[in-house]
Amino acid sequence: MIRLAVVSGKGGTGKTMVAAALADVSNVPQILADCDVDAANLSLLLAPRRLTTEEFRGLEVARIDLDVCRDCGICADRCRFGAIVRRDDAWAVDPLHCEGCGVCAYVCPMGAISMEPRVCGEIYTSATDLGPLAHARLFPGSGNSGLLVTEVKKRAMALSGGADLLLADGPPGIGCPLIATVSGMDAVLAVTEPGISALHDLERLVTVCRRFGVRISVAINRFDLAEDICKKIEVYCKAEGIRVVGKIPFDPAVVETVREGRPVTRTGSPAAAAIRALRDTLFAELGLS
Amino acid sequence: MKIAIASGKGGTGKSTVAANLAYTIARSRDVVLVDCDVEEPNLHLFFPAPAVDVPVTTPVPEIDPDRCTLCGECGRFCRFGALAVVKDCVLTFPHLCHSCGGCTLVCPQGAIREVPRTIGRVACSRPLPRLVLVSGILNEGEVQAPAVIRAAKMFAEGHPLILYDASPGIACPVIETLEGSDFCLLVTESTPFGLHDLRLAVEVAETLGIPAGIVINRSDGEDAATVAFAQEHNLPILMTIPFSREIAAVQNRGGLIGRDLPGWEERFMDLFTGVSP
Repeated sequence: MIRLAVVSGKGGTGKTMVAAALADVSNVPQILADCDVDAANLSLLLAPRRLTTEEFRGLEVARIDLDVCRDCGICADRCRFGAIVRRDDAWAVDPLHCEGCGVCAYVCPMGAISMEPRVCGEIYTSATDLGPLAHARLFPGSGNSGLLVTEVKKRAMALSGGADLLLADGPPGIGCPLIATVSGMDAVLAVTEPGISALHDLERLVTVCRRFGVRISVAINRFDLAEDICKKIEVYCKAEGIRVVGKIPFDPAVVETVREGRPVTRTGSPAAAAIRALRDTLFAELGLS
Repeated sequence: MKIAIASGKGGTGKSTVAANLAYTIARSRDVVLVDCDVEEPNLHLFFPAPAVDVPVTTPVPEIDPDRCTLCGECGRFCRFGALAVVKDCVLTFPHLCHSCGGCTLVCPQGAIREVPRTIGRVACSRPLPRLVLVSGILNEGEVQAPAVIRAAKMFAEGHPLILYDASPGIACPVIETLEGSDFCLLVTESTPFGLHDLRLAVEVAETLGIPAGIVINRSDGEDAATVAFAQEHNLPILMTIPFSREIAAVQNRGGLIGRDLPGWEERFMDLFTGVSP
């Protein structure tokens, strides 16, 4: 099985649109995973039928038993995250800042602080017309998004019996959720666009992906909006030994099909044709038929 | 006043709005623009200028092998998996360390001390006479984005007018950015993706108790769902930027529509007036 993540560095370059369209035309048994748990949008294009829902527990959160607390404030002194705050003339835990390290519980001379489980989101498996989908929802303001990505990937692997392709829609950025997505993958498809920000972000993304030894390919979305910068991207890729496997034109059908909640490849539009060609090139690279 | 620019969804135009707003404000008063999208900072591309770099470090454990008895307390305590006690030494995984300091507290031998480790940098520049740009930059391969954001914000602290450009998403980096802001501008686009993620971003702003307003970017006129959402949540729509190839071309080359296209400086000034009390 080939494990492929669609990533981008910069947000909004069209990762999810490309991931859904690739899944639509892949013609191989596949499992899908939405690893952009902060803002999970892949399911909006795949009409999923939910099969399972699980709680996602991140790192624990501290709780102070005020009946036992003697108000010494040692916990607040020792907390590096500013998570022990003064509220109603007593010490309280601010869950937004608590990283769950357990230092407060350790230093409390009264044993008044316990570490309790914290639900940070939900993990789902669903059926779609294109194959099983593992996805998740992170509760707004929760941490542990990298951990949740790892859980989504585990669910996807558990669903993968007989599949030739694991196709993951990745998060933007190069931090914790991106690293959790890329680790253990065989290949990434970096979707970029012809803008100086997107190129700058692609360079940082490539640096990170190289450390994981994954095969990197690039797709340039909306390439015709600035053909000179598109050239620069191609020059950069060539210098890095990265193959540009597809160039997708700006096409109003993309937004239309997103509004209709279906992959763009269901239309005969120019973007759909470009993604079909991209599929052939990419899959040949990856040895998928 | 501190204004954060956030979005939930990536690529909706946060940095575009932040850069143009900062440029417009700097025509008449002092402003500090802080790039808090430390994973993929881009604002310096719009404001090229020589910068002074300051490294950002976090404390991580260092084991004194002469004192360590391999008792295993530190490894049992660390919830982040940053220490592992093996047969004849303690392995540390500094990139997993959250710098809580717990290992130094639990070590009965006093064998652990903390040493600074560089995870990124803050670059400060003055691209315009009245604009200071502070960019937080996370080193590639690092995961502690909030620490770099905190450092970047610290550089601007105390200035009367600060703009924070947030990263996409709704997790810890966004919380770290929004914290302490007086107002949050949420930049969205009129697609189901944009709306889905706007809803999440609004939840974050509400959780933090920060008043918010909406900027619709790349509008193709089909904004009804976003407008209805805004009304339902009592959020003002402060600006609508249409999609046009001309605007896209200016931005893709690192230009500023507030400077390079007629009429936009006034519109960004109106946006600022709409936000500031």
